Amino acid sequence: MYRYDAYDQRIVDERVAQFRDQTRRYLAGELTDDEFRPLRLQNGLYVQRHAPMLRVAVPYGLLSSRQLRKLAEISRKYDRGYGHFSTRQNLQYNWPALESVPDILAELATVQMHAIQTSGNCVRNITTDQFAGVAPDEIVDPRPWAEILRQWSTFHPEFAFLPRKFKIAICGSQEDRAVILVHDIGLQLVRNDVGTLGFRVFAGGGLGRTPIIGSLVRDFVEWQHIATYCEAIIRVYNRYGRRDNSFKARIKILVKALKPEVFAQKVEAEWAHLKDGPGTLTQAEVDRIAAHFGAPEYETLTAPDAGYAAKLETDRAFAAWVRRNVHAHKMPGYGAVTLSLKKTGATPGNASAEQMDVVADLADRYSFGELRVSHEQNLILADVRQADLYAVWLAARAAGLATPNIGLLTDIVCCPGGDFCSLANAKSIPIAQAIQQKFDDLDYLHDIGEIDLNISGCMNSCGHHHVGHIGILGVDKDGSEWYQISIGGSQGHDAVLGDVIGPSFAADEVPAVIGKLIDTYIERRHEDERFIDTVRRISVAPFKARVYGENSSTRKVANG
Amino acid sequence: MDKVIRGSTIVADEWTLVRLPVRDEPVKKQAGKAVLFKLTGEQAATEEEVAAVGIPGGKIIVPLSVWLGRKSELAPRLAAGQLGVWIDSFEEPEALVASVDRINDLAVIAINFPKFIDGRGFSLGRLLRERYGFRNELRAIGDVLRDQIFFFKRCGFDAYKLRADRDMQDALDSLRDFSDPYQGAVDEPRPLFRRVERSAA
Repeated sequence: MYRYDAYDQRIVDERVAQFRDQTRRYLAGELTDDEFRPLRLQNGLYVQRHAPMLRVAVPYGLLSSRQLRKLAEISRKYDRGYGHFSTRQNLQYNWPALESVPDILAELATVQMHAIQTSGNCVRNITTDQFAGVAPDEIVDPRPWAEILRQWSTFHPEFAFLPRKFKIAICGSQEDRAVILVHDIGLQLVRNDVGTLGFRVFAGGGLGRTPIIGSLVRDFVEWQHIATYCEAIIRVYNRYGRRDNSFKARIKILVKALKPEVFAQKVEAEWAHLKDGPGTLTQAEVDRIAAHFGAPEYETLTAPDAGYAAKLETDRAFAAWVRRNVHAHKMPGYGAVTLSLKKTGATPGNASAEQMDVVADLADRYSFGELRVSHEQNLILADVRQADLYAVWLAARAAGLATPNIGLLTDIVCCPGGDFCSLANAKSIPIAQAIQQKFDDLDYLHDIGEIDLNISGCMNSCGHHHVGHIGILGVDKDGSEWYQISIGGSQGHDAVLGDVIGPSFAADEVPAVIGKLIDTYIERRHEDERFIDTVRRISVAPFKARVYGENSSTRKVANG
Repeated sequence: MDKVIRGSTIVADEWTLVRLPVRDEPVKKQAGKAVLFKLTGEQAATEEEVAAVGIPGGKIIVPLSVWLGRKSELAPRLAAGQLGVWIDSFEEPEALVASVDRINDLAVIAINFPKFIDGRGFSLGRLLRERYGFRNELRAIGDVLRDQIFFFKRCGFDAYKLRADRDMQDALDSLRDFSDPYQGAVDEPRPLFRRVERSAA
């Protein structure tokens, strides 16, 4: 992974000093709330329901064991002994004191971490595939490009006060595991006809109040021009994005209003001035960064490992875990392990300090001292020898991290919701827990098969409900919490937004509604058909009929 | 006399800022919130408002709309090096560029930041420097606070009219917030990777 040199370290250290002084001025009354707000947000600091919330950047989801131990230590020292991994691969602390945030940042800086641009109307943490560098379907490793763009966007002087937040995602594989089509800029690494590396560039995707799939704005941008091309996109957005209405301020509204072709022409005109300028990347710099992401010292192994194969035969529980939680690896004899943060009854994405320490130890022992955070809010050990999988499973199981539910109904993507977030209309965590409890039977869960269930507590859509096969959205109706359910959404290169099935439900009705959707699928599915495939084949109507009955108008419901 | 930060020193400000009349407009609302920003391209002032603006003597910085509307009247001031123009965040610098024979006839261009969080002016500053070759004083006016100053400098500004209620001496410290930024901008066009030999993995 990328290791800081003296320049990187100095930037982070100087940021700590700068924020310490900003906090001092705020506490001394030299900055008003309104003036401090954009400054603290650009350091990931929110003022929330119970306490401030601090969002720590995990650049493109990559962590070293040392960094994870530091995150655990900070959670013990300054928080309540846990952290929440978010859908943007970051880590959130829910209970820090505002006065101690500069000290937390100073501690983070000792392990090459920070909270720079994890919130605010600026370029946010750049996200990518959690299996980058190890996935068999990878075309190009996206991590060096994420790091190059991280450096380019960090304290970019022109783009610190954009109309709204700005999110970039990069994907370098056949399957898009980075949901690039719902980002402000989505970058797909490709090679052209003559083998030159470059990017297909999408812009104007996003979830939130107005979910829109990104539009292709340029079919091919050669690798050395990607920073200047992104600069052109964001400059057009900075000048012409809607600042008069925060609901319409994201780039997606601008792209849609102008029409994607016209937006692309404006970008092209801007880029003509920037292209080939000093911002053009050099081979030397790309090589320098890429050298940080070289393959670890893999052993030459024969796959499958004999001991591992034997355990698969004899231990059903282990085999079930392998089937769900071990992802294929490009190297023979290795696998990528997903440690589930979705145990029934646990808060999706939460990890205790003890669990973080266990994962750090496992990473050191079995996976070259590194791990990843997925946007589905799980942790990944990317380079585990098959021969070690059984030991990893035993240790993970003892720590409550081996629920064999990756990709299944209870692997719920969920925002912190109304329990913590001051933006939320409704709670999301108790809904996730109630659904997990209803579907706690593992055999049934495996029979239901692959399904993405995503929950957001409000229209800001941090839980990505629009692209869940089943999406649940918390809505506020006359001061009480209701839940709107959609089906048919999906992520990937063919990302689709789900359809709302009808009027909303009260919290205690939600698990039963999910049950009816699943029953409909079980009854109507063809062999080898996933939930989403059945929805696509038979449409939303049969599901709707099952949930609302033939005479849905007699039900007492809130609209919306 | 009033003061301004020029470069990294506090100096007397010999320029008078000419403002447009404050309109008694009803507060517009969008999505339940007061609209704080004008959209890029909106009109700053009507012809009547432009005509009514009083022009003082001495060195003056006039609104773009006044310059465009009363060019012949102001031309002698421009020729005497006594004229600057200010652009609001929602105005287009291209209109100013098209209105003068040589952009560097203007002694000052000021860019207004109506709100701290309105970041359009950063792009406008870069465009004036990098695309339109403006070499004289580029001044930030309006809701100007010390925590923007480092970014101002990077985007080509060299004068900062700090908000009157803030300490200019304190603000100078922020010019040194970061030693070696990653990306190129106006003050240093080369990104870090073109300036220094960075260590390998």
